[in-house]
Amino acid sequence: MPSITRLHVNGAIRRVRVDPNRSLLSVLHDDLDLTGTKYGCGEGQCGACMVLIDGEPTPSCQTSVGEAAGKQIVTIEGLARDGQLHPLQRAFLEVEAMQCGYCTPGMIVSGVGLLLKNPNPTEEEIMRHMERNLCRCGTYGRVVRAIRVAAANMQALGSPGGTP
Amino acid sequence: MSEIELTPEQEAASESGGARARRAPWSQPATPSLDSWLRIHRDGTVTVYTGKVEVGQNIRTSLTQAVAEELRVPVEAVRLVMGDTDLTPFDMGTFGSMTTPLMASHLRKAAATAREILIARAARRWKVDPSTLDAVDGRLVDPASGRSIDFGKLTAGRKLGGIVRDDAATTPASRWKVAGTSVPKVDGAAVVTGRHRYTPDIKLPGMLYGKVLRPPAFGAELVSVDTEAAEKMTGVKVVREDSFVGVAAPDRFTAMRAIAAMQAEWRAPRQLPSGQLFEHLKTHPVEPEGYHRFIPTRFQRGDLAEGFAAAQQVLERSYTVAYIAHAPLETRAALARWENGELTVWTGTQRPFGVRGELAAALGIPEERVRVLVPDTGSGYGGKHTGEVAIESARLSRGAGKPVSLTWTREEEFTWAYFRNAGVIDIKSGVRSDGTIIAWEFHNYNSGPEAMYTPYAVPNQYIQFHFADSPLRQGSYRALAATANVFARETHMDEIARAMGMDPLSFRLKNLQSPRLRAVFEAAADRFGWGKAKPPEGHGFGIAGGFEKDSYVAICAEVAVDMRSRRVRIVRVVEAFDCGAVVNPDGLRNQIEGSIVQAIGGALFERIEFDEGKILNPRFSQYRVPRFSDLPAIETILIDRKDVPSAGAGETPIVGLAPAVGNAIFDATGIRLRSMPLAPNGLPS
Repeated sequence: MPSITRLHVNGAIRRVRVDPNRSLLSVLHDDLDLTGTKYGCGEGQCGACMVLIDGEPTPSCQTSVGEAAGKQIVTIEGLARDGQLHPLQRAFLEVEAMQCGYCTPGMIVSGVGLLLKNPNPTEEEIMRHMERNLCRCGTYGRVVRAIRVAAANMQALGSPGGTP
Repeated sequence: MSEIELTPEQEAASESGGARARRAPWSQPATPSLDSWLRIHRDGTVTVYTGKVEVGQNIRTSLTQAVAEELRVPVEAVRLVMGDTDLTPFDMGTFGSMTTPLMASHLRKAAATAREILIARAARRWKVDPSTLDAVDGRLVDPASGRSIDFGKLTAGRKLGGIVRDDAATTPASRWKVAGTSVPKVDGAAVVTGRHRYTPDIKLPGMLYGKVLRPPAFGAELVSVDTEAAEKMTGVKVVREDSFVGVAAPDRFTAMRAIAAMQAEWRAPRQLPSGQLFEHLKTHPVEPEGYHRFIPTRFQRGDLAEGFAAAQQVLERSYTVAYIAHAPLETRAALARWENGELTVWTGTQRPFGVRGELAAALGIPEERVRVLVPDTGSGYGGKHTGEVAIESARLSRGAGKPVSLTWTREEEFTWAYFRNAGVIDIKSGVRSDGTIIAWEFHNYNSGPEAMYTPYAVPNQYIQFHFADSPLRQGSYRALAATANVFARETHMDEIARAMGMDPLSFRLKNLQSPRLRAVFEAAADRFGWGKAKPPEGHGFGIAGGFEKDSYVAICAEVAVDMRSRRVRIVRVVEAFDCGAVVNPDGLRNQIEGSIVQAIGGALFERIEFDEGKILNPRFSQYRVPRFSDLPAIETILIDRKDVPSAGAGETPIVGLAPAVGNAIFDATGIRLRSMPLAPNGLPS
């Protein structure tokens, strides 16, 4: 199979030359130095490698770079706009929804994906949507709170869902 | 920079010895030199050096608070250099809840010493009495004249000299302004933006990715290996040192394919089949070796036979705990670089100086030529004390002649790290008809001696820890064996109370003397509404508590059991916690909430399954850890004892959930569960 040469990442075209069978995670993390996307399990069970692909939270360890080519990929590094953190990033800080922080980028990306589809999720909807993301430090309660805080702040600002 | 030399026995004994070790001479700070701990720069910023590491327990923030408090500078002015063997004074490691009682109080003294030096200098410069000057917000102020000078200007960035004075005037908790408040995580912004680089995220020019050939079972010997196909792959370097075989490749995918292309033959020894663990532990005692010889293993008071003879009720029960894995989300990882015979390794470990020693020994070079740096790490929970991955990356890097980054796969992490001890705990109790415990016999096989001494007042007791042959490699885990011992004891306490027809809380309070333990029990029970209402149909209430490492914990839990699906759900948890003066209330609540969630795994479903030296469930799809859907309503109660020195709080809040849940399951169903995990596939039938 021919190499993949272009990827749409965080609103820009990134030039690469990689085997299409490689995981999207390794290309983002190792080749493009977007290291906020983390390896956690390699089987789509922990969510540390979550990215948005065409707005959909997707485990990048389970996605080949060939599958992702031509689609819009957003990583944790692509969420801030004009030096302003995404409302969900701010909410994670406000609630301190983290301990070691290794799961945090994946949590935030998953949460942003939820808010895009559902700007005002209930606690139950949040828990169901976030089930694929693991936090071994056990900050789940705070993550739920952060997503609710972000949803409320985004509604108040009139930007339901926000831009990824 | 290693100012004191520890034998491995001392180092390791201090890790397992709890409170006694904390007062041991080798746990004292490594150097008295003030400048080794703290530097004030010309611009007024302050750099603090500590060998402790940040693994999610939030000490980067809590230690910053301690220094900001004593030096009278803003939190933002303080930066910590942590876990760098070239820059930070020797430290035996980040474990045993020692950072807050030891390192924080030492850094307080360092900062208070620095403040006193600055005041003395300003007083000399202005020719006034030092006692008339104030240090405020990074400046020295002379209230009489109104003049002031910045710290940075006063020192001009030069070293302060002198030693950390033990009698430096530190601030009592009752007058804390910075500590005692919920200062936000100092590096939070780097975390939420993905900017913080954990070990696997660090890159060096020319760096390759490593992968190691693994045996099919523990203890297997390499008989032969054919690496020809791997060697022919573009950019792949095969590295072999005796039975160590690995590759370095331009990307992880190629490294993985190169290892897969190898043909290896192994010879594995016979090992324990599944299903025989607990019998094995009880029937295979071993003599303690190494630092284990220093661990006290017996306690006796009164006369057990007399006690049992005087008892109206005797109860004899056996409890078990399974091996579990730490499963930190950041698997073990290391990046190694050789330059002119000097080795630098970045790795997420809780013992940077210990790992430096391991590297020196394994690679055959002096420690002075090894530097270990620990980036803030994606958690440890006691699981990252050893240096295997660091050694592997250093071997690969030496063989390949380039820096090598090595990140263990999840399966490697589940298999080649070490586990929390499994164990068997046998308890025999004798109780008078009024509910007074009069005899207590307690034997722990293999899981460990921490918190095995009963906090209840029993006149006749015999308590012993028995070393046993462990079929799997085992080691530290958050709170060590306190979890297992409190599980067995607090389950047994519930069994006695039920057998006597007494309320489980009243029964405990009747036999309890420790006022601090009593206080957390009462606080948790009060908030929970213990004894106020009956649980709804299919629900049950349970209570448990204990103390360890100078902290006291009590937990009330409500569970719901669906008898048809046999699903057990924890509905609500109330935890009261007393660790002395609270340093960061929100950080502490975060630790308690997290401990409860992590404890749910070991309490209900986490269990390493193994057979003949193979791990059978080394993946998250096979080894269930707590997820969002397992989250109960959690309420935390902090008992802030300003009059008591702060203890560490990263471990003890995890203790006591399992028995509270097990006791609640009994309350709901009448079924008594005595094995952790309690309900790995739902309620056992």
